[in-house]
Amino acid sequence: MATATAAPREDLAKVRAAEVGPLRRWAPLIGVVLIVLYCLAPFYWMVVSAFRRPADQFSNKVIPAPFSIQNFKDVFSGSNGFGRGLLNSLIVAGTVTILTLVIGLIAAYTLARLDFKFKNVVLAIIITTSMFPGISLVVPLLKLFVDIKWINTYQAMIVPSLSFALPLAVWNLTAFFRQMPQELEQAAMVDGCTPAQAFRKVIIPLAAPGVFTTAIITFIAAWNEFLIALSMTNKKSIQTANVIISQFTGTTGRDQPFGSQMAAGVVVTIPLVIAVLLFQRRIVAGLTAGGVK
Amino acid sequence: MTATAPVAERPAKEPKQPKRQQRFNEGTGRLAAMLLSPTMLVLGLVVLFPIISALRESLYTSGTKLDENGFIVKGSTFVGLQNYTDIFKGEIGDRFWNAFYNTTFFTVICVVLETVLGVVMALIMHKAFKGRGVVRASILVPWAIPTVISALLWKWIFQADGIANDLLGTQILWSTEGWQSKMSVILADTWKTAPFIGLLVLAGLQTIPAEVYEAAKVDGASVWKTFTRITLPLVKPALLVAVLFRILDTLRIFDLPFVLVGPHKDSVETLSMLAYDEAFNTRYGPAAAYATVLFVYVAVVAYAFVKILGADVIGEARAKKPGGGGKGRRKKREIEEAPGVAMGAAAGGGGV
Amino acid sequence: MRFERSHTRKAAVVAVASSLVLLASACGGGDDGGSSNGGGSAGALEGRGPITLASGKDTSGNLQNQLNAWNASHPNEKVELKELPEDADAQRQQMVQNAQANSDAYSVLVMDVVWTSEFAANQWITQIPEDKVPDLGKLIPATVETAKYRDKLYGVPITSDGGLLYYRKDLLTKAGITDAPKTWADMVAACQKVQALPEAKGMGCYSGQFEKYEGLTVNFAEAVNSAGGSIVDKDGKPSVNTPEAKAGLDELVNGFKTGAIPKAAITYKEEESRRAFQEGKLVFLRNWPYVYAKAAATDGTSKVAGKFGVAPLPGKDGPGVSSLGGHDYAIASSAKNKATAIDFINFMASEARQKANIEKTSQAPTWASLYDDAALNKQFPYLAPLKASIEKAQPRPRVVKYGDVTAAIQQAAYDALNGKVAPDKALADLQTKLQSLITQ
Repeated sequence: MATATAAPREDLAKVRAAEVGPLRRWAPLIGVVLIVLYCLAPFYWMVVSAFRRPADQFSNKVIPAPFSIQNFKDVFSGSNGFGRGLLNSLIVAGTVTILTLVIGLIAAYTLARLDFKFKNVVLAIIITTSMFPGISLVVPLLKLFVDIKWINTYQAMIVPSLSFALPLAVWNLTAFFRQMPQELEQAAMVDGCTPAQAFRKVIIPLAAPGVFTTAIITFIAAWNEFLIALSMTNKKSIQTANVIISQFTGTTGRDQPFGSQMAAGVVVTIPLVIAVLLFQRRIVAGLTAGGVK
Repeated sequence: MTATAPVAERPAKEPKQPKRQQRFNEGTGRLAAMLLSPTMLVLGLVVLFPIISALRESLYTSGTKLDENGFIVKGSTFVGLQNYTDIFKGEIGDRFWNAFYNTTFFTVICVVLETVLGVVMALIMHKAFKGRGVVRASILVPWAIPTVISALLWKWIFQADGIANDLLGTQILWSTEGWQSKMSVILADTWKTAPFIGLLVLAGLQTIPAEVYEAAKVDGASVWKTFTRITLPLVKPALLVAVLFRILDTLRIFDLPFVLVGPHKDSVETLSMLAYDEAFNTRYGPAAAYATVLFVYVAVVAYAFVKILGADVIGEARAKKPGGGGKGRRKKREIEEAPGVAMGAAAGGGGV
Repeated sequence: MRFERSHTRKAAVVAVASSLVLLASACGGGDDGGSSNGGGSAGALEGRGPITLASGKDTSGNLQNQLNAWNASHPNEKVELKELPEDADAQRQQMVQNAQANSDAYSVLVMDVVWTSEFAANQWITQIPEDKVPDLGKLIPATVETAKYRDKLYGVPITSDGGLLYYRKDLLTKAGITDAPKTWADMVAACQKVQALPEAKGMGCYSGQFEKYEGLTVNFAEAVNSAGGSIVDKDGKPSVNTPEAKAGLDELVNGFKTGAIPKAAITYKEEESRRAFQEGKLVFLRNWPYVYAKAAATDGTSKVAGKFGVAPLPGKDGPGVSSLGGHDYAIASSAKNKATAIDFINFMASEARQKANIEKTSQAPTWASLYDDAALNKQFPYLAPLKASIEKAQPRPRVVKYGDVTAAIQQAAYDALNGKVAPDKALADLQTKLQSLITQ
């Protein structure tokens, strides 16, 4: 049933494109170009700045001349521990994403499908935890983590990120599950599935766009988390990439290491985008090829 | 801690009687509590606990007096609501209301811009055309850059001799007080987070079956009409969740104005920055009071938002379900029951 | 019903496991109130063993070399470097948070000179008996003062910093001026002559750092002190509403009004102003010693290489007064092994280590005689004016609520420079504000 609707839609798009006049036809394209420019222009500046020589940092030339990868070398230079930081970021963000999805899916499904009292209260409590200014959570959390000896551990970064990510995950997935007719599970159960199987084999695949989007957003949010990671760790071997970046310095006392910061930004951003793209392609491919029936 | 106790208690008892058979409705409350307990526990540990401790903190002051040796007298004094009443008095009150205004201003402008832009992005990402992958990737980029770095990037762009002034041929001092500093924050925030709305709305779009559009086309509906009458209502749940969370985030905005323009600038000082400033100067009581006031403000806005626009976002269970969802809301139902909604969900594929 | 049971069992396991976590944390995290810190009392520098040094990363990576030198001779009392963010506020924040949490993660703190009073009054750092620092007398007295709170020592200054006047020697010579200006009036006069030269067309006269941040406090304090005024008098009372202070502030305000200070300077921090100077946009620049190496670079990044000179800051009627920068090493109250910590600090303060440090990092030492070292003077031609600058330098207000005080100063100065508030009103308001902040 996944393939059933995908194909006609693309056809439809072609048909529509053929029917409309030139203005209609080109207007969306111009829109696309504008949006892409808007999104990429600042990023381009980041990339360009990263490829300048550190000494040319302040140049406003659109193309770096002379071209240099010195900033990238600086980023990965031995004493920084940036490679290790990337690995730590990956561990933290990956764990957070998986846990958020597992816990969030269960909670969202419960909220979408079960009838029980205080449902709205639960939803309200969950979102309420997203309303407190994050900077005000740091000191109490630090005291707590010092007491339970969590300083310099992965869980000290994972658990807070998890709790920052959960509200959005639960709300978003709940909205998704609610859009699906309950007849689906019922039909599956008539076919002999247990409720758990029905959930795993029917609902989750159908909710793929929502689940996948939630995963991306969670991963990126956890990947970008800085304040907690900074406050809860003081050992280089466990610090995440963002914390390491904050420790970059220029060549003398007060100059800002903008070049290497931007290079590090490129390094942490591009793999993320590529991974998402590949991941997404595989998911789409898996869905259409395997068929979700 | 107390807030989570009832939830925590319930499942803990459960293993004692696992074999007991129950009728669906009787057991759902308990089952739900169990399934929700991991979520509530995590939130309880890491968020509710600090919030409660902050609430408590906001009733105390500490570190205000020096003893004869010049040391700050230790321990905290209970001052009741004084930290709160102080916020609204005199010069501090002026600063508070200015920050309140800025926060609200940023939230309204940024969220409106981001919503419009995000929906446009989602529509574009949803379209089938060659090079769609590249377009999706480019839209994802701003959201993927760590906030700390993107704030620095924009700071660089908006320097006195930066590329922005170079391109515009102007000498605007972006980080000085005035409209330009507000603009720079809005521009940078919109750039960074419109993709967030775009992603979530895209996921919503992917659940709309093509048949719905075909039907509209057959009826001769204009593009605009199709958008407002079909697309928008159908993505509404996803859009509302996205916008709601953007509102929550923007009301707490901190990094961008702080890094891009700087602390203590009237033009961009927000409520989060006030809370930060108090905590930075180790006045934890007043800092907690600011945080709580902001918290209440956010809660009120969120509540109003859900009540006015999004009753269906947290709306009760589907009305047709036996025994439940009696209070179900009206508008949403026809959308939920639109045929084939779920089938479309699978067809759309990944979220980007 | 199977539906319920299959869910139940799994969920129950999860729930029990997680509630155990919650219980454990509830027990452990029960004490969240108060901020009781141990230590703080004088003289209790006991215990030997491994320690840590909390510092922003030094730019050359030389700090690790220094630590290696110590670690080689103290295998049982090794020092581990805990790198903090580059941003000074973030460094302070981490130190304060660790003190609040009573954590022993940081033993020795590398502190900005302006934090001493606050850290000492909160007893986040330990008082150090002066006889435990045998070399104290060899250090420049002005720098030692920055490590004191109520006449008691809480740290040892390891690096210092003072403001210098960078000037375009080539243009001054061309305009027929032989010496660097000693007073503001001289400077403005010199500017007018230089700006009349064809090659100096459109150049700005002077800039310091006037963005609303700590640098503005530094520049404002220098202007006030150089005009014979003070922000806080000898008894620690606010004294900023005086004709002298106004003369100092007026100098800056008029600079902006007449255009002698370029408009964009209101956004300048150290780096922005350095760039303006290096790109040939300024005749005079107030900045720190680090600029020297950058501006003298011959790799094409500096347009003023070989064309500039360094002098002490000018003042109203004579040489000016710099604000004092630099870093002190202090011992965290919650730290273990304080005996090791003080030994380590003495090691870092020693002449040999300070010399090794300036050679590699060009950070100004606090060891007075190093400024007269011929080899160093050759390597760093600015040492002589820098010594003059540091010896006469005034510390920024040494107050417990430094964060609030500096914010108030920045507010007043920024509003005055912007023309939003008249200088005398800005100073009067500032005086009132400071009085409420420094009453105790």
